[in-house]
Amino acid sequence: MSESVLTSEKGIGRSPAERHRPKGDGMRGFMSSSRSDYVILAIFALAVLTMPVWLAPIGAGYPDILQKFAIFGIFALGFNILFGFSGYLSFGHAAFLGTGSYAAVWMFKLLSMNALIAVVFAIVVAGIFALLIGYVSLRRSGIYFSILTLAFAQMSYNLAYSVLTPITNGETGLQTSRSDPRILDTMMGADPHILRTPDFFGIALQGWPGFYFCAILLILAFFVTMRIKNSTFGLMLFAIKSNQNRMNYTGFSTRPYLLAAFVISGMYAGLAGGLLAVTDPLAGADRMQWTASGEVVLMTILGGVGTLLGPVIGAAVMKYLEQIFSSFNEGFLHRSFDFLPTGLQDFVVTIVSPFVGEGWHLTLGLLFMIVVIFLPGGIMEGIAHLTRRFRKGETGGSGQTARTGH
Amino acid sequence: MPIETPAWSRRRLLQTSAALGAGLAIPHVFVRNAWSQDKVFCNNPTGGTVTLGFNVPQSGPYADEGADELRAFQLAVQHLNGEGDGGLVNTLKPSNLKGNGILGKKVAYVTGDTQTKSDAARASAKRMIESDKVLMISGGSSSGVAVAVQSLCQDMGVMFMAGLTHSNDTTGKDKRRYGFRHFFNAYMSGQALGPVLAEEYGTDRTAYHLTADYTWGWTQEESIKNATEALGWKTAQTVRTPLGAGDFSQYLTPVLNSGADVLILNHYGGDMVNSLRQAVTQFDMKSKQVNGKQFEIVVPLFSELMAQGAGDAVKGILGTANWDWKLDNEATKVLAKSFGEEYGSPPSQAAHTCYVQTLLYANAVETAGTFYPPEVIKALEGFEFDGMGNGPTLYRADDHQCFKDVLVVRGKENPTNQFDLMEIAKVVPRDQVTYDASIFGGELGPSDVKGCAA
Repeated sequence: MSESVLTSEKGIGRSPAERHRPKGDGMRGFMSSSRSDYVILAIFALAVLTMPVWLAPIGAGYPDILQKFAIFGIFALGFNILFGFSGYLSFGHAAFLGTGSYAAVWMFKLLSMNALIAVVFAIVVAGIFALLIGYVSLRRSGIYFSILTLAFAQMSYNLAYSVLTPITNGETGLQTSRSDPRILDTMMGADPHILRTPDFFGIALQGWPGFYFCAILLILAFFVTMRIKNSTFGLMLFAIKSNQNRMNYTGFSTRPYLLAAFVISGMYAGLAGGLLAVTDPLAGADRMQWTASGEVVLMTILGGVGTLLGPVIGAAVMKYLEQIFSSFNEGFLHRSFDFLPTGLQDFVVTIVSPFVGEGWHLTLGLLFMIVVIFLPGGIMEGIAHLTRRFRKGETGGSGQTARTGH
Repeated sequence: MPIETPAWSRRRLLQTSAALGAGLAIPHVFVRNAWSQDKVFCNNPTGGTVTLGFNVPQSGPYADEGADELRAFQLAVQHLNGEGDGGLVNTLKPSNLKGNGILGKKVAYVTGDTQTKSDAARASAKRMIESDKVLMISGGSSSGVAVAVQSLCQDMGVMFMAGLTHSNDTTGKDKRRYGFRHFFNAYMSGQALGPVLAEEYGTDRTAYHLTADYTWGWTQEESIKNATEALGWKTAQTVRTPLGAGDFSQYLTPVLNSGADVLILNHYGGDMVNSLRQAVTQFDMKSKQVNGKQFEIVVPLFSELMAQGAGDAVKGILGTANWDWKLDNEATKVLAKSFGEEYGSPPSQAAHTCYVQTLLYANAVETAGTFYPPEVIKALEGFEFDGMGNGPTLYRADDHQCFKDVLVVRGKENPTNQFDLMEIAKVVPRDQVTYDASIFGGELGPSDVKGCAA
């Protein structure tokens, strides 16, 4: 059901006609449909850049968590290009995240503390890595593809821990140190022995500047994803998702499209990994573990597979649970419920405490179950339901159609 | 072919976004410096409270240690605020503690889960610094995490009072000006344990190492290997096992046929509980004879919590400890009583070191008369104190490592209750485990960092 909802908007129905149109016409079709998209982009940009203001009341108005929102938003956006658009579920995307981080930290060690160089290198390395893994994995589809990617990611993780320790520094993680060469910085006359934080042409990317750097890249990534979704290439991916055999029979070789999607989403993951290293110059193998791969799948499904905005929202919800819910302890709960009478307060705290602190996984699990059972299209479907119901209410409708979905 | 221009061109959008971003960033810059007093430093407390951050593993292989550390922190905060019986606030010598908070400000605290992962620990520490405005972070039950959080604290200009971390690197090659460690390290374990091993098992032995694959395991393996080889022991093989492996049978299978007659388990926490139990019960190594000698198992870093987890398997096993609640001195008795009354069990060595670190930080702030970290650091460097349960102790200025007596302990054959699982075999005096600060390399770095106040 969810697939038909997802594909009907941007249309498989419309695609055959558009596919056979000459390129220029396709271009016009893209442009003319884009005004509302630009409005969405503008609203998105505004919402992202003002996050420090409107997320402060729920305790998320500090730089580190907002950086994580933006970074994992990028990660999930990229994952969605593969999983959401083409339907190929990769269970090893964390490998590219980790590769991006290692690549970025190595740039900090060898060349320069400039974030731009590190991020570009991270994207390139992750892209090449994705090309290699994708080339092999995409020979299969469905569950076999998922298992192949999972196997590659676990292999990378274990290699990072064992054979590759000279490159990855194992469990301790790769860090910058005073004795690194940093060739470019030294050439520019900077003292390599002073340990600096990554910067963007002189702006140190810690705290708020770090957040805005990530946020602008998130908006950029969102824009690129939007362009991909509206492009002929995006339509191809949606067509593969709807029926790959049909595509093959009509004479399309689908593998190059899939490989391109895989590499692009790997590059997004590389960018995210690079940004993790920029905001905190340390790379650990934990980032490649299968749990991290699973996390991005959860984010995407939680937010809404195949939607533009969904993965970003899913990433933010998940990071919020992980960072904020895990920090609530009993003392905090007692303070939050101190408006209640003592007996009732203790009772409420006892009920709530298994779901916060180290129990945040439980909350996440419940949330995930609720979403999958009642909103297969993720949070975005919930939002769509709400707006529809709201509009119905305005026009005095009965809300009958909104309910038929279930 | 006409191309319709959208209302917002890409360039205009990007320009606007960039301008908006810069505009939004400006207020933060002003707000930061608005409340700066004479000295600008990270999280200068302004209200009537001062917040400390306790970052401990609440999940993963070291979760038991983390839970006990958290109890100790809560007790330390109570005692600093003048609640309860005051604990070691009354026994520390020399002391400037007043039992009315720190510099008259009430002590509050926040907690976080490190998950025994560097990434998660740093994210949690950043939340404490940026959102909860903590002045000091303590805790950690893994050296990998301690090293990662310590370097973050150096960057941010926040004090780090390491909890349970035993790697040489924490105050060796990865030492930092803002980081301090009260716990002993792997090198000291090797120096203390070596002579006892030679006495008990002789000098003609071959050892097989199983090592947790991260900074602590590596340095402990190296230290124990060096100490035992200096006695004339040989090393058959050293095998690295992943942290939190759970099942160690694949690593234990080759041990008995390797020609080794001693198994050295460089594991801690849940890993040590699992590997030791498997070695003793599943492989029955303790009753085997190799090379005509009784097969022995050594666990260089030992704790009461792990002994509880491993049950009968710990009987007769030798190891070292930083502290034990059965030590015969006044401070130890006071802490064991105070902790026992609050939580119904004696404190573990992890709990002890975390409790002590919190008090030492508070005392250093009182001594310095300010929360300004460079002054607090000066008060801690070279601080010689007593009354914390370990006898006379020195916080060495060169590497921020505490030097005190080290205990060699043995799993008790006939425990009287579940908290009486270890006996103290020997107290190795401080001089015997003191080493030259330069042997591990590393640099402390500067003390005047702007950190998060910049």
